[in-house]
Amino acid sequence: MTQLQAVSYDEIKHLVSNRAMEGETMLLNMGPQHPSTHGVLRLLLELDGEIVISCIPDVGFLHTGIEKNMEAKTYQKAEVMTDRLDYLNTVGNNLVYSLAVEKLVGLDVPARAQSLRVILAELQRIASHLVWLGTSALDVAAMSTFLYCFREREMVMDILELVSGQRMMTTYIRPGGVWRDVPVEFEAAVRNFLKVMPGRIDEYEALLTKNPLFIDRTVGIGKISGEDALAWGLTGASLRGSGVAHDYRKFAPYSGYEQYDFAIPTQTGGDVYSRYQVRIQEMREALKIIEQALNKLPMGPVRSNNYKFVPPPRSEIGTSMEALIHHFKLWTEGFSPEKGSVYTAIESPRGELGIYLESDGSPKPYRVHVRTPSFDNLQVLPVLAKGSFVADLVAIIGSVDIVLGDVDR
Amino acid sequence: MDWMLLLEWVIKSFVLSLILLGGFAYLTWFERKVLARFQVRIGPNRAGPYALLQPIADAVKLIFKEEFTPARAEKILFFLAPIVTVVPALVVAAVVPWGPDIQIGSYTLRLYIADISVGVLYITAITSIAVYGITLAGWSSNNKYALMGGLRSSAQMVSYELALGFCFVIAILMSGSMRPIDIVDAQRNGWFFLIQPAGAFVFLIATLAEVNRAPFDMPEAEQELAAGFHSEYSGMKFALFFMAEYTKMITISSIAVTLFFGGYLGPFVDQLPFLGPIYMLAKIVALLFFMVWVRATLPRIRYDRLMAFGWKVLLPLTLALVLITAVGILLAQEVNPNLIWITPVISAFAGFFAIGLVDRSLRRKAYAAR
Repeated sequence: MTQLQAVSYDEIKHLVSNRAMEGETMLLNMGPQHPSTHGVLRLLLELDGEIVISCIPDVGFLHTGIEKNMEAKTYQKAEVMTDRLDYLNTVGNNLVYSLAVEKLVGLDVPARAQSLRVILAELQRIASHLVWLGTSALDVAAMSTFLYCFREREMVMDILELVSGQRMMTTYIRPGGVWRDVPVEFEAAVRNFLKVMPGRIDEYEALLTKNPLFIDRTVGIGKISGEDALAWGLTGASLRGSGVAHDYRKFAPYSGYEQYDFAIPTQTGGDVYSRYQVRIQEMREALKIIEQALNKLPMGPVRSNNYKFVPPPRSEIGTSMEALIHHFKLWTEGFSPEKGSVYTAIESPRGELGIYLESDGSPKPYRVHVRTPSFDNLQVLPVLAKGSFVADLVAIIGSVDIVLGDVDR
Repeated sequence: MDWMLLLEWVIKSFVLSLILLGGFAYLTWFERKVLARFQVRIGPNRAGPYALLQPIADAVKLIFKEEFTPARAEKILFFLAPIVTVVPALVVAAVVPWGPDIQIGSYTLRLYIADISVGVLYITAITSIAVYGITLAGWSSNNKYALMGGLRSSAQMVSYELALGFCFVIAILMSGSMRPIDIVDAQRNGWFFLIQPAGAFVFLIATLAEVNRAPFDMPEAEQELAAGFHSEYSGMKFALFFMAEYTKMITISSIAVTLFFGGYLGPFVDQLPFLGPIYMLAKIVALLFFMVWVRATLPRIRYDRLMAFGWKVLLPLTLALVLITAVGILLAQEVNPNLIWITPVISAFAGFFAIGLVDRSLRRKAYAAR
């Protein structure tokens, strides 16, 4: 049997109050193996009874070195790493990486690819919000909602599998366009989803929005004002729930978001309930965007024909010497952007997702940095959790919507 | 013939224990199946037809699992706690009548084990013991989550015991007796559920809290406390806690049926006494279904809110209901028997008033937060 060792409080002395040293308050490890920390987040809690006095997040349990790994790969090959960042928003990660590379080398994207990107990114947003809704409802023990949400998420997963052959790690959006055109069944599948989904969102709302127990668990919990939210660098629904209408899709439109008519839902409460309402509304807005994009989905190529950066289609390789050379060069050496650096950001389901690429003129990025919304949103947790109950803390973690793969990249 | 009586008791206790333990096993199956239906799942479907062998498979698995005792646990209490939890859950069923007397030749078979004149008091006394098991389990396992679960459960059970007790009082007032058999007999002219609907409803809520079922499953809130008081238990000891919870669900449902839903009464039960247990079982299953339904639908209430709800809403409400019942009975006795029907009207009104107050306070809270 291993000997239990006395824990030294010296390491954490500066993080907790003096009362913890005297044994008046209780220190509690929550996680990394805990059902409601949404992955391997560890929280060190100082508790007075059941009230949280201080909450110290400890991250890094899922550190996979994605950024460093990307620096060892050529630009095309590095993209598969982005799928693994935020595994609920794989399409969005591909999108922001492709946008960054396109900006770095100056690639144009055909209109059809733009629309497909928007459709898929919004589908992924709905899927991500569904996972969030399910898990955060599960955090307050509304167990059935979880399974209803996963039922609809499965429809999105099926669509992603239809277009890319993969349910999660799609790598479908590539620099210069998308991997290949969508199959013919795509439109019917998306239309079916558009038809089914509004009723299903009503169902979730029927279960939760006016449920007195749910209101009791969420209203006024984990409050943060708009100014504080900005000061802490919150983005996404957590920021919009505090009344700040900031959304990259409006603020700095990309992939043709400017042509679609949609609203930025905001709430002024700044609490768990407001974030819930914002995300529910966002799902409805996303459906609107998908419908518009699908209605005017243009025909045409889905990849740029700049073969310096985009591999030529397989059919050309057999007939065109030049295509064969491009193909060989791209898949052996890769392309070399000019020296320089770019930062591109999109609105991921969790907030501002940005990629910083620095090129030193070689085929591999010199430095990759990902500004992940989960990491920046997580740091506000101690502020939100202070003075709340342990039960509320669980709801707060859920409402901030973190993905640990995104935090620890 | 004392030894005959003793033998009868032993046999009946044995049979009842078997029914409860078998019932517990199949209640887990029932819950999993029903819950799966609510949640667009299939549920267990591997072991035998309709997974009917699933409880046996579970039992075998749990028996053969390693029983782990954490370091620095309070060994004796850690061992004792599951037993203290499971025994009251079984014992309390002794006073519940399952049917009218059945005449077999010259021998009268009574479908209850003990006929205690203060049976209702016995029920309250025994159910209160179960809280010791949970609290001790939480305390003895040397785990902070378990400790918090144990503390929560003691607070919760103490506060809901009162509301539960007052609901017992309502049934006692209406029947004029504390004997469960008399209480059932008094419902021949109308179940107490009809005369005191609000009381029956409060009783159902309080039973949910008493058996730690959702939305009052504080002590084992898995999202917060990672299974709470039984997080350190494994193998058969864990199974005992499970057994206690589900057996308690059955017994408390049978008590609810006895007190408010006419017990074993039903059409033709006097002519065909064997129908009694069947009616009883049907009513119990209906109540169990209700419990599973609530679990599938509602989020968990927060710990402090739970206490506030118990003390500030349920306790005054049950007090008022006791008063209303007493006045109704007095009027029926002194003025006109039909005046008893004032009771359900006023008590339903009181119930809706309480719901309205809770709703309003929540709304106000929602507005204040805006």
